[in-house]
Amino acid sequence: MRIRRRRDSAYNGIPRWVMAMAAVGALLVLLPLAAMLGRVNWPQFIPLITSESSLTALGLSLRTAAASTVLCVVFGVPLALVLARGDFPGQRLLRSFVLLPLVLPPVVGGIALLYAFGRQGLLGQSLEIAGIQIAFTTTAVVLAQTFVALPFLVVSLEGALRSAGSRYEAVAATLGARPTTVLRRVTLPLVLPGLASGAVLSFARSLGEFGATLTFAGSLQGVTRTLPLEIYLQRETDADAAVALSLLLVIVAVVVVGLSYRGPAPAGSVSRTARPGAPWRVAA
Amino acid sequence: MRPALRAAAALAAGVLAAGLAGCAARPGDAGDAGKTVTVFAAASLKAPFTALAEQFEAAHPGTTVTLSFAGSSDLATQISQGAPADVFASADANTMARLSGAGLVEGPPRDFASNVLTIAVPPGNPASIASFADLARPGVRTVICAAQVPCGAAAKAVGQGAGVTLKPVSEESSVTDVLGKVASGEADAGLVYVTDVLAARDKVQEVPFPGAEQAVNTYPIAAVRTAKHKEHAAAFIEAVLGPDGQQFLRGAGFGTP
Amino acid sequence: MTFTLDAALAARRFEVSLSLAPGETVAVLGPNGAGKSTLLSVVAGLLRPDTGRAEVNGRVLFELGPSVHTWTAPHRRGTALLAQDPLLFPHLSALENVAFGPRSAGIPTREARETARHWLTEVDATDLADRRPGELSGGQAQRVAAARALAVNPEILLLDEPLSALDIHAAPLLRRLLKRVLAGRRAIIVTHDVLDAYMLADRVIVMEEGRITEDGPTRDVLRRPRSRFAAGLAGLNLVAGTVTSAGIRSAEGLEFAGQHDAPLVPGQAGVAAFPPSAVSVFLSEAHGSPRNSFRVTVTDVEPHGDQIRVRAGELSADVTPAASADLGLAPGLEVYFVVKAAAVSIYPA
Repeated sequence: MRIRRRRDSAYNGIPRWVMAMAAVGALLVLLPLAAMLGRVNWPQFIPLITSESSLTALGLSLRTAAASTVLCVVFGVPLALVLARGDFPGQRLLRSFVLLPLVLPPVVGGIALLYAFGRQGLLGQSLEIAGIQIAFTTTAVVLAQTFVALPFLVVSLEGALRSAGSRYEAVAATLGARPTTVLRRVTLPLVLPGLASGAVLSFARSLGEFGATLTFAGSLQGVTRTLPLEIYLQRETDADAAVALSLLLVIVAVVVVGLSYRGPAPAGSVSRTARPGAPWRVAA
Repeated sequence: MRPALRAAAALAAGVLAAGLAGCAARPGDAGDAGKTVTVFAAASLKAPFTALAEQFEAAHPGTTVTLSFAGSSDLATQISQGAPADVFASADANTMARLSGAGLVEGPPRDFASNVLTIAVPPGNPASIASFADLARPGVRTVICAAQVPCGAAAKAVGQGAGVTLKPVSEESSVTDVLGKVASGEADAGLVYVTDVLAARDKVQEVPFPGAEQAVNTYPIAAVRTAKHKEHAAAFIEAVLGPDGQQFLRGAGFGTP
Repeated sequence: MTFTLDAALAARRFEVSLSLAPGETVAVLGPNGAGKSTLLSVVAGLLRPDTGRAEVNGRVLFELGPSVHTWTAPHRRGTALLAQDPLLFPHLSALENVAFGPRSAGIPTREARETARHWLTEVDATDLADRRPGELSGGQAQRVAAARALAVNPEILLLDEPLSALDIHAAPLLRRLLKRVLAGRRAIIVTHDVLDAYMLADRVIVMEEGRITEDGPTRDVLRRPRSRFAAGLAGLNLVAGTVTSAGIRSAEGLEFAGQHDAPLVPGQAGVAAFPPSAVSVFLSEAHGSPRNSFRVTVTDVEPHGDQIRVRAGELSADVTPAASADLGLAPGLEVYFVVKAAAVSIYPA
């Protein structure tokens, strides 16, 4: 007789058929990854991922993803604050547009970026005159990655800001703290976990960016050819190399996300909206 | 495994299989199976093969030609994974060699067309490209294919023949991407196939250069070993090699093999 | 008058005019939704009225009219808020929480920490300095929050039901502490507990439906309520006097024994509080006990819900209509009020 140690004896109320559907969903994600693992040419794995072009692509991916994560934080934090705390006409519309890259095919993002920052684009022409070239540079890669990754940070942080509520900020203001001081010493420390997970998601999304980069930035070793583009290219001639690099990307993503993404707040930490009349009170 | 869990796993597998089966509409399954030829062809063959297929269907009443266009390398991978193709027309010899080396095609492949590189420039030729050497001029943004794909290998060969070292701003993984960069004006010039320029003549201009013949890309065609309809496959290949097929190919800019 | 406020906010049907003398503490009583918290928000600058004017010590907090538009941001107002929840910043230690206000005012970290230590000492929380808010009990956290509000030396201290979230053991301690620190300080305290008003405030205002319906010294408002809300509050028997070893001795010499959480120091001022329902009425001194049995003269007999309320001066008792008829209760009759000691709460002031 086996004795099963149950981690939690509390009633969870999940019907069995829901568990079965969940299993199908999990399989849909895990099966292809497992199948890819089966195709890895293990004896050649290390040489394949340590080839010069692979290492160059990996290094470029890590650098550009880090840079776009910084940009996401720099612009995403203000955006999330404005969306979570602000109250102005067009706020919902702004939110919809900021979140648009989440649902757009990346190639559409690439085309849009091209028309904005490309040589013939809206800003590109002025930039060209100023001697700044964006297309075919690493800057273009960072721009494309920031474009697709920004919503992840904004969504994550806006959620954290909403569930933290503005009660602490109200109290801090009455204690004489200027808005900037409130932001630095109260708001940001309170939502730090949300900010961190948002930044990690942005980094992971940047790392996997492919379509917008291919359309907007081009592909040149060491300049614009990130790991996903390298995989796409290697697939043409060397399936083993493509599979090995894919696995490398999966490992990097799993490590980054697994180490720092804590997931959504556990149930029970309900959103605490302040009462309109008394911002330090929880709405009834 | 507890019965409940086993049942759940079986249900999961069943649902997954049913779902996937529902999504998989195979080209060969459509219509009368005995009279359908499925042709996997390189993307650059779209215009001439579409025209030829119509003519073939007219000449062989009751026969349907199903065409699937994609990158040669993608098509070869699909065929090696068991895709139901009857005929495979590749844009380069290497890709075809991969399949014939694995014993996946019937007999030796036959060359049916050739293609050479040319220079594509945006309308108006803003960088005033006049020769192959201009592509390496400082300040000119040239885009070519990566060496891993056929058009990149050809570009490399042409460059070596002309004694010009190209410093491209981007090495794309498909000729379509090169053409896109030129058409949008991001690049000053790109090395693409003659047939590509002809197909996109309203978006790009051609600057021909001597020495393009140094890297001629030949297109081989073969019947797939697992073809269900071998006679129809052979008939279609004959049509491609025949006068009508050759005429359509010539019209799209392809050269003789 | 060094703090004056006139404010109207149509969306909340709020229209209030109020002034506070230096060092005056005002308690705001009223039913839920009467606008008590709105009043605090308007003073703190967290809510903008449609029209009105407020100034403290000659400094304009806001002036909003057809042609004028002056607005002082919350952080420049010199108001500090002590809410029902302590709302201590969870990522800062107790000491850093208290030092938050002084540091925001530009005081160097070291000096700000000294100020914080001083105020932690004032609220008997010196030993909590290095704890995180998560490691504090509700009462401890509210003491630290009080120190944090006081450390900015506010022109007006705003308190929003500061004791209502505390359990019955923590509340008396903090009430005594507030009594000490509010002495001579200008403050507005929103409360639903008439005892808080009685013990902490010099003056009471009653708000109903966005307006002030009563305003006056605490004892007067509770003794002669004009508003229905104050009348409801006034039902509680409150007897002020001197603390004895067992309870409270009133100025008339009546002894009230009762329950108390805080240790009683004889000679101190204090209050005994008990509901009219805990008072029994007898025609003779039946039990012979001198304690909690008082000979009184009935001044008024009136229906109160399904009970009869018997008033005798400042005290009142609730009896059933049957008992009232049996006893023949009428104004002028001499009776004995007897209170169970278990129902009497003693609060040293």
